[in-house]
Amino acid sequence: MNLSKDLVAASSTPLVLGIVAEGETYGYEIVKRVEMLSGGQLSWTEGMMYPLLHRLEQQGLLEARWRIAETGRKRKYYGLTELGLKSLAQQQQQWQMINNALARVWDNLNNAAKTGSLGARSSGGNGNEFQPA
Amino acid sequence: MNSNPPNPFHLTESLHQWRSQLARNPALKSEDLDELEDHLQSHIEALTAAGLKADEAFLIACKRVGEVNNLSEQYAEVHSGRLWHNLFQASETHRNPLDLIVVLVLAVAAAALFKLPDLLGFAPVESDTEFFYIRNISLFCIPMLGFYFVYKRELGRAGFVVWAASVVALALVLNLYPFQAIENSHSTLLLAALHVPIVLWFLVGVLYTGDYWQSTAKQMNFIRFSGEFVIYYVLIALGGAVVALFTLGMFSFIGIHVEWFVQLWLIPCGAMGAVVVAGWLVEAKQSAIENMAPVLTRLFTPMFAALLLVFLITMLVTGRNFDIQRELLIGLDLMLVLVLGLVLYAVSSREPAAPVNYFDKLLLLLIVSALAVNILALGAMIGRISHMGFTPNRVAALGENIVLLVSLTGYAWLYGQFLRRRIGFHSIERWQTGYVPVYAAWALIVVAVFPLVFGFA
Repeated sequence: MNLSKDLVAASSTPLVLGIVAEGETYGYEIVKRVEMLSGGQLSWTEGMMYPLLHRLEQQGLLEARWRIAETGRKRKYYGLTELGLKSLAQQQQQWQMINNALARVWDNLNNAAKTGSLGARSSGGNGNEFQPA
Repeated sequence: MNSNPPNPFHLTESLHQWRSQLARNPALKSEDLDELEDHLQSHIEALTAAGLKADEAFLIACKRVGEVNNLSEQYAEVHSGRLWHNLFQASETHRNPLDLIVVLVLAVAAAALFKLPDLLGFAPVESDTEFFYIRNISLFCIPMLGFYFVYKRELGRAGFVVWAASVVALALVLNLYPFQAIENSHSTLLLAALHVPIVLWFLVGVLYTGDYWQSTAKQMNFIRFSGEFVIYYVLIALGGAVVALFTLGMFSFIGIHVEWFVQLWLIPCGAMGAVVVAGWLVEAKQSAIENMAPVLTRLFTPMFAALLLVFLITMLVTGRNFDIQRELLIGLDLMLVLVLGLVLYAVSSREPAAPVNYFDKLLLLLIVSALAVNILALGAMIGRISHMGFTPNRVAALGENIVLLVSLTGYAWLYGQFLRRRIGFHSIERWQTGYVPVYAAWALIVVAVFPLVFGFA
C-alpha cells in the first residue's frame, strides 16, 4: 500500500519505539518486524530508518550499544530508556485517541450509507471512498 | 571453478565499493557505515538463504537501503553538528571558484567603505566629537559578510533587499538620531554602537541559515559558525599584528617611517576585510579547526567555573557583596557574556546522542555559578538604580542581567533534568536556539528605543 509521506513520518516513531520496547534490537530486525506487523504492507526505505533511530537517540528516548553479533560482525543494538518508555505511553494514548475518533466517524458514515441518508454520496457504498476536498 | 558462468561476482568487493561510495559523504561516520553495512549483509544473507544468487541479493538489498543521495540528506538533517559545514554543500562536490572572487571583492569593499568617509574629508579620525567611526564601525564590515551569505545561500533578490533594508535602517538610526553629549557622556550613543553588532550578527544568522531561521539544525549551525568565526578572527588578528610589526621594523631599519601607513591603512583595512575573510574561512575550511574548538571549551569551562566560584566565595567571606562599584559591575557583566558564549559553544559542539559525562556536570557547575554571580550583579544593579535613579547605562545593564538570568536559569533547569535523564539533549538545543532571538531583540531595543526614551542623552 502506498502511504503518504507524512503518514509514514508520523507513524514511524511510535512504531519504532513500540518495537524496541519489546526488547533490545537492531536495525534490520526492526525492519523485519515492521513488515511482519503490517502483513508486508508497510515497507520503508530501510536506510531512512537509521537517521530516525539516531534522532530518537539524541532525544534521549533510545540508547545504543555496540556488540559483536553471532555473525561475527559489529552490530548496533538499541534499547528503550525510561524517557522513551514515557514518551511511548504518551504516543500510545494519542494514537488511541485518533484511532477511536476515526473509527467512530467511519462507523457513522457506514451506518448513514446503509440507511441511505447521505444521498448521492452513499452510492459509493463504503465510507473509505469518502474523501474531504 | 569452470562450471560457474562467466559472471564472477565478488560480494566483498561489491560491499567495499558500496561502502566507499557512501563514505564520500561527510554526513556518515564510519560507525554509521558499519551499521548500514551490517544491515545490508543481514538482508543479503536472508535473501541468499531464500535461494537468490549473491549478485541478485546484493542488488535488491542495496535498492531497499535507499539511494545514496537521499540517505546522505537524511543523515545530514539528524547529525547537523557532525557535518554542519557540509549541510549546504552536500550536492556540490567541487568548490565554486567564483566564491573566492566574491569574498575578495566584498573584503576590499569593506575596507574601502571604511576609508571612504575619511578620504572624502567627511569625518577626519581626529575629530572624535562626532564619534563617527565608533558608532558606525560594525556597519562597514558586517553588511559585507551578510552579502556573502546572500550570494552563498542563493537568497536572490529577496535576500538582498531584506538585508540591505535592515542595514540601511540601522545606519539611519545610528546617524540620524540627534545624539547629544550631556556632561561629556554619550551614554545612549555608546550603548547603541555597542549593541548594533549584536543585531547585525543575528541578521547575518538569519541569512546564514539560508531558510530565514526556520530549522533548529541550521540555527545550531549558526551558533557553531559564530564560535569558529571568533577563533578564526583572533588567529587572523594575531597574524596581522605580526605583519604590522615587521612592516614597521623593517622600514625603520632603512630609515623610512611608515607608521601612517600601518595605522591608517594596514590595521583598519585589515580589520574590516578580515571579517568577511574569517566568515568565508569558517565556511570553507572548517575541518582544520573543528577539532580545536571543543578542546578550547573543555579547557576554559573548568577555568571559568573555578574563577567564578572562587570569586563568589571571596565576596561572601569578605562581605563585600553589598558594596559593588560600577567598574566591577561592568566587569561582571562582561564576564557573564563571555561565560554565556562558552555555554552556547559547549552545547553546540556536544554530540547530542552521547551519554551524560563528567563534562556535562562541569558545565552545569559553570552555569550555576554564573547564575549566582548574575543574581548578585542584579541585586547590586537594582540597589544602584533605587539609590541613584535611572540612567541609560544602568537600565541597559539591568536589562542585560535579566535577559541573562532567564537564559541561564533555563540552561540550569534543563541541564539538571538532562543529567537525571528526564529529557534528551535535544531539549537543551531547542532552548538554546529558541532564545537566540531574545538577545537580538534586547540589543535592538537598546539601539532603537533607548535613545528615544532617554532623550538621546
